[in-house]
Amino acid sequence: MRTEALHRNAVILAALVAASVTACAQVTEDQQKQWLGTPAASSHIGHLSGNAKAAAGDYRRYCVVCHGELGDGNGESAQWLDPKPRDFTLAVFKCRSTPTGTLPTDQDLYETIARGLDRSNMPPWNTFTTQQRADLVAWIKHYSPRWQTEKPGTPIEIPPEPEVTPGRVKAGRDVFARVQCWKCHGAEGRGNGPSASTLQDDLGRPILPYNFAEGGRFKCGSTDADLYRIFMTGLDGTPMPSFADNIKPEEAWDLVMYLRSLQPFPSKEKAIAKSLGLTPVSTTSTGP
Amino acid sequence: MNVEYKRKFTAVVTALALVGIGVVLLGRDRVNAAGSGSITGTVKLTGTPPHMRGIDMSKDPYCVKQHENNPAKMENVVVSSDGGLQNVVLYISEGLSAGEVSAVPSEEPTVDQHNCMYSPHVVAMDVSQKFKVTTSDQTTHNIHPLPAPGSGNIGWNKSQPPGAPPIETNWKAPEAISVKCNIHPWMHGWQVVVKGPYAVTDEKGNFTIKNIPPGSYTVTAWQEEYGTQTAKVTVAAGQPGKADFTFKAK
Ligand code: HEC
Repeated sequence: MRTEALHRNAVILAALVAASVTACAQVTEDQQKQWLGTPAASSHIGHLSGNAKAAAGDYRRYCVVCHGELGDGNGESAQWLDPKPRDFTLAVFKCRSTPTGTLPTDQDLYETIARGLDRSNMPPWNTFTTQQRADLVAWIKHYSPRWQTEKPGTPIEIPPEPEVTPGRVKAGRDVFARVQCWKCHGAEGRGNGPSASTLQDDLGRPILPYNFAEGGRFKCGSTDADLYRIFMTGLDGTPMPSFADNIKPEEAWDLVMYLRSLQPFPSKEKAIAKSLGLTPVSTTSTGP
Repeated sequence: MNVEYKRKFTAVVTALALVGIGVVLLGRDRVNAAGSGSITGTVKLTGTPPHMRGIDMSKDPYCVKQHENNPAKMENVVVSSDGGLQNVVLYISEGLSAGEVSAVPSEEPTVDQHNCMYSPHVVAMDVSQKFKVTTSDQTTHNIHPLPAPGSGNIGWNKSQPPGAPPIETNWKAPEAISVKCNIHPWMHGWQVVVKGPYAVTDEKGNFTIKNIPPGSYTVTAWQEEYGTQTAKVTVAAGQPGKADFTFKAK
């Protein structure tokens, strides 16, 4: 009986090992067809409900050239683009309100589609009706197995924005120095920190850190809350990590204010930084 | 059946049941005692070991300073003077009972970011076993595991500035997960997730997988450059199984 049990377990184990090896295989079109019929291929944004099948025409007309038939980011135009179109089969997204390593909410994707991604070929689709966008969110979710087994993360909490004060802008500079944003973004936020030139995204392609001094829009929204969210959730698929474990909510607002002072536009933050005579953080420390 | 008799009957049945449970528990204990068997061995590399390049850390003066007196080298293949191969993960790929496979050890393996390297370079763990990522460096790291798509594990990317608290987490599926720090691109390590008991070779290439009951097993050895090898091993009561492996330098 013992040997029988052993044998049975060996078979189970072998099957598990085989499964873990074949699991790495690519997502197939047949699987995606099947996922199109599952509850995951829907979306809920406020009182709006999106249905994947209703987006098939729009996807083909507007998205397929870049994101591809199978949603794998290999559309006809992809070869000419940098950064590359998102591979929806991986379900790894830059713009999330949810912690690093979790799926975004439907709302996140819905807003991304309307906003587009700055400094990329992903245009804003803000002429679409809200229903069209909700349906496209549902459609995107039929491409990856992750939507079948995982739920979106819980959005991080963002406390109300406090008033901009000299004390906060100065404290923000301390956070910038302490967590060493400058390693990639540079002491003046010019995107030229010591590690900037070596950065690669998760697929091994070169990628540049954001240049605050240039003043372009952030990838994932342009409000203060969007900026807060970007460094507290990270931009998954890129070197930009989450700082949620190491920056307290109060400090996060301080950092937002200091980052604003690095941008070229006139702002209260910038005026304060000037009147305080804030200098770029030191990057020479070699520790004890 | 009168009430008195019924009561007695219930008492007897309960007593018997208790004895039964006791026997089962004792039996379990015996299995646990047998579980203290082990598999030991050595992993060697034959042929000329590949040259481990020195690491240029000049992007971060802090890292350079930590290596003033002990220049940093790549760690893909670490071999002792007599050919012992370090950082090889050994685990049991066949022969364990389902219960033995699914038991999760309570100790927490730790990988530390130390002098801008991962210490150890390879950390092994069981599926669902908690592990820790710590930093003793006065420079910011970002810890960025990159599991394969569809592996059952999902990647993440978290920063650890100087003095950061440990990250405590686990993995859901067996996989050798490549880990990177984007800030220090030379930093590369492995989090190797297996099912059931495991061991990692020390600097002499020696290992001991503990808590293995008597039986016949297949042991798999994994090395990041040379892939996997397997060996059949028998563990008898009071006698550890022996499994030696030899990888060939490419
Ligand atoms: C001209 C090419 C192009 C077209 C057309 C296009 N995209 Fe994109 N899309 C991109 C690129 C490039 C990115 C990646 C941008 C980046 O990483 O900065 C992207 C990224 C995305 C993302 C990921 C955002 C994130 O948070 O990571 C979503 C969602 C998306 N596109 C949806 C759509 C939808 C829906 C359509 C059709 C309505 C569409 N795209 C059409 C090029 C395109």
